[in-house]
Amino acid sequence: MKKIILLLALAFSAFLSQAQTTTLKAGDTAPDFKLKNVDNKEVSFGTFKDAKGYIVVFTCNTCPYAIGYEQRIIDLDKKFRPQGYPVIAINPNDPEASTADTFSKMQDLAKSKKYPFPYLFDPGQKITDEYGAKRTPHIFIVSKTSKGNIVEYVGAIDNDPEGNKADKVKYAEDVIASLKSGQKPAITQTKEIGCTVKRKAKA
Amino acid sequence: MKIKSFYYIILISIFSVSAYSQNVKLLNINQLNERIKNGKDSTYVVNFWATWCAPCIKELPHFEKLKEEHKSDKLAVLLVSLDFKSKLESNVIPFVKRKNLKNEVFLLNESSPQEFIDRIDPSWSGSIPATLFIKNDKRKFVETEFTYEQLLTEYKKL
Repeated sequence: MKKIILLLALAFSAFLSQAQTTTLKAGDTAPDFKLKNVDNKEVSFGTFKDAKGYIVVFTCNTCPYAIGYEQRIIDLDKKFRPQGYPVIAINPNDPEASTADTFSKMQDLAKSKKYPFPYLFDPGQKITDEYGAKRTPHIFIVSKTSKGNIVEYVGAIDNDPEGNKADKVKYAEDVIASLKSGQKPAITQTKEIGCTVKRKAKA
Repeated sequence: MKIKSFYYIILISIFSVSAYSQNVKLLNINQLNERIKNGKDSTYVVNFWATWCAPCIKELPHFEKLKEEHKSDKLAVLLVSLDFKSKLESNVIPFVKRKNLKNEVFLLNESSPQEFIDRIDPSWSGSIPATLFIKNDKRKFVETEFTYEQLLTEYKKL
């Protein structure tokens, strides 16, 4: 009997892991979370009581694209947190698969770069899978509405990963500008380029 | 003195020959399309990779082996790196040298992913490794890491 339950549980978890592969889209509900920040305090959407929305960024310590975007993520928070749209960064990488993405190394990085935003550890990559985050960085802009937290935009921060174009298209900033003026963003999805989320090798 | 300068000339020429053979050129999508259109080969296997991408590095030897084992075929294997342009001298060229890659290596000279991803293939999510197979008018795009057997199967299916 025990064996059957175990088999069923395994089959169910296999089903779950299959179901996780889709990425949220504009219009979907953004799942709330309660994850440990680098300061050891738990952070959820509710942590920001006066927020009008959130800039959820899946990013990490290690990927060249994440490193390339780091300052731009800091700047997003500096610009938009006072306007009601704070950055919440979540590290989607498995620390065993990517040993420079452990919680203590996240703490070191957040401290040395003076992250003004929470940088959250996602045990078991649960929230990563709920959002269907595939890459670092992968951004989800969420608005707080009467119907709950709704995804407004998914994809890249801008169209210039290397960060040397003067005339970059700033997707994230444009989305927030639309939301602030009470409009739906013109672009709700772009292809996020970056490193693949690191997972344990499948047994 | 003369012998010494002769020695230097030899050294410099050896260095420049080896530097030439390990050259990594910048290449945009138009140039890639032209390279394929005007090339003498009939089959092109274009692998997109980067020095920071572990699964890419793992499969690179398979692309070297594919070319090595099909020398008599009209096959060109093009290895197109998506590393940042600023990493060409510091990362990409030393990597190509260290791994002694024999296939042609390029660094993609495009800066807007939203455009170049779709121009390679609209189905591409943007993740690497990814490989484009072209034989005459046929195009096939595969966004996955290959074993040698899988790569060989794809090549033979063309």
